[in-house]
Amino acid sequence: MDLLGFARGPGFWGAFAVFCAGVVWRIVSFALLRIRHDWNRPRAGLARSVAGGVLATATRSYPHREFIGRTGAGEALGYSYHLGLFAVVLLFTPHIAFLGGLVGLRWPGLPSSLITVISVLTVGLFLAVLFRRVTNPVIRMLSNFDDYFSWCITMLVMATGIAATAHIGARYETLLAVHVLSVDALLLWFPFGKLMHAFYIFPSRALNGGLLSRKGAAS
Amino acid sequence: MSTALALIPDAAPAPLPVAPDPTPAARVAAAMRGFAAEIGALSAFRMESCIHCGICAESCHYYIATEDPRYTPIWKIEPFKQAYKRESSSFAPVMRALGLKRAVTATQLQEWQHLLFDSCNLCGRCSLICPMGIDIASLIEQARHAMFDAGLAPSELYEKAAHQARTGQPESSSEPYRDQLLAIGRKFGVAIPLDVAKVDVMLCVARTDIERYPAAVAALARVMGHLGVSCTFRSDALVAENYGYLAGGKDLQRQISRRLIDEAIACGAGTLLVPECGHAYSALRWEAADLYGKPLPFVVRHVTEYLADALRGGTLHLRNAGEETGSVTFHDPCELVRKGGVRSAPRAILKALGVTMNELLNHGDFAFCCGGGGGVIDMPRAAPLRYRAMEIKLREIDDTGARTLLTSCSDCRRTFDDARVHFDWDKSPGSLLELVAANLVTVAARP
Repeated sequence: MDLLGFARGPGFWGAFAVFCAGVVWRIVSFALLRIRHDWNRPRAGLARSVAGGVLATATRSYPHREFIGRTGAGEALGYSYHLGLFAVVLLFTPHIAFLGGLVGLRWPGLPSSLITVISVLTVGLFLAVLFRRVTNPVIRMLSNFDDYFSWCITMLVMATGIAATAHIGARYETLLAVHVLSVDALLLWFPFGKLMHAFYIFPSRALNGGLLSRKGAAS
Repeated sequence: MSTALALIPDAAPAPLPVAPDPTPAARVAAAMRGFAAEIGALSAFRMESCIHCGICAESCHYYIATEDPRYTPIWKIEPFKQAYKRESSSFAPVMRALGLKRAVTATQLQEWQHLLFDSCNLCGRCSLICPMGIDIASLIEQARHAMFDAGLAPSELYEKAAHQARTGQPESSSEPYRDQLLAIGRKFGVAIPLDVAKVDVMLCVARTDIERYPAAVAALARVMGHLGVSCTFRSDALVAENYGYLAGGKDLQRQISRRLIDEAIACGAGTLLVPECGHAYSALRWEAADLYGKPLPFVVRHVTEYLADALRGGTLHLRNAGEETGSVTFHDPCELVRKGGVRSAPRAILKALGVTMNELLNHGDFAFCCGGGGGVIDMPRAAPLRYRAMEIKLREIDDTGARTLLTSCSDCRRTFDDARVHFDWDKSPGSLLELVAANLVTVAARP
């Protein structure tokens, strides 16, 4: 079995198994902790609490007017590279073929030239994010190994993807194998670090928003 | 770090699983294990959800005023995230085995005392900014519990909490509050209902009002008399404040709440009315039942929402107070409005009073704290930093150009009054309740 065969075969499925088991464990392990019953009389009924949770899920996607002057640029940067990532992962035709094969679906993609432009822009935004992380005193203080390692592994996936598409530095098969291996590595790391926020973000907004709405409090 | 932040040897009366006579290090280790064991699914989920974006710093007046990154709200719980990850997270055994998360030390927690108590008002503004939706303020409150168990509650708060749990008053007074309450009634010519056997509404009083703003106490009695509601204060449970809540001592908080709960039950009250005090409302409305272990057999209302209900129900009529007050700006107490959910009531009352409102730049849900919340006003050592943070608020108030500053929390009033002296500031905060009491329309006078 050659390197590409390993990366696409046992390498990928092994990493995918770790990814699935790890993600499930990260979520299930919360259930093993105590869930407190709130005896305080709610101000809002269940329907309003649920509506508050749904609303918070949407409204936390952009800064409140009161904060936008202080946080707008940082949030725009954060959301921009996420959008770039989604576009490249989900709308690049070879990715659609691979992911669609896994789930038995097909969907339209973007032209390769446009994906290339988005990829390069996303890499630029990703570098800007790192620059901000190391230069902003608050973010630098909060950052730990997880932040930098997660950045590195995601950057590796993007950089090897661009290299493979542009045929830079080696044979296409080798570049593709390295790219797929980097994806395998990302899947292996995913459940152990902050990449889990992909699974947490909407439940977190909804849960906290719902609980605050239960009190009639601002959310 | 100043010596004022040294360990308080006997600060936590609750028995800890280390005995006898634990060293500070052993006490901290036990408190952290206790914290991790006690952490619920919700708090664990909140801690796991943090993506280290640092955006919460931009909501906190301590950070905005100083640009010191240590004041980033989520950083204030860093040792507790560390303890959680080491002791009870999904991969805790791996964390411990590989030494990926070190045990929290006494020195580390001593440093964090400043961050959790001196530079946090529990105002909850950070909980509105987090893109992950994390309720950071509730995590900080939980971290205060662990600090208390580790013997690291600030002495000013601990001593008041312990005294209040024992005696019903946070501090000794020259005269018992019961006698002071009756004296206020005589001075202001208002009947003070006291120890009535059976009533519909039980009243309590802000200790800050008794000591500094007796007119607010009289105003409460006057308004309730005007409404003709069957009500009473109870000698054995007069004080609304809960220093256990501020100090992070859950057992003390429970004892203090229990005193009010038991008296409300004893007099058959259907409503426990909280006076103009923000944290007292949070402690009773949103935490007391949990500490009681079952639903309270009465409802808890803040006087502001009670008055708004009376306005809506047509039992309260007010004169136009616009001429008396001139333009008004209102400071929203964090515990009442943003965290407590009493969001529309103050402005409904102000509208009924017919005053011209000049709103603050950040008002309502997004208002900055006065700077005194979370017990910070009770800690003299925190004053220099508090003054820096509250300058933001004072500037906003000045910028409104309003003649009158009103609020509905006695500790906020006290904080602004303190600023008036410190900054030689020209505003004197007034009470919304007092304004209502001064503008009641009697039945005969109604059009």
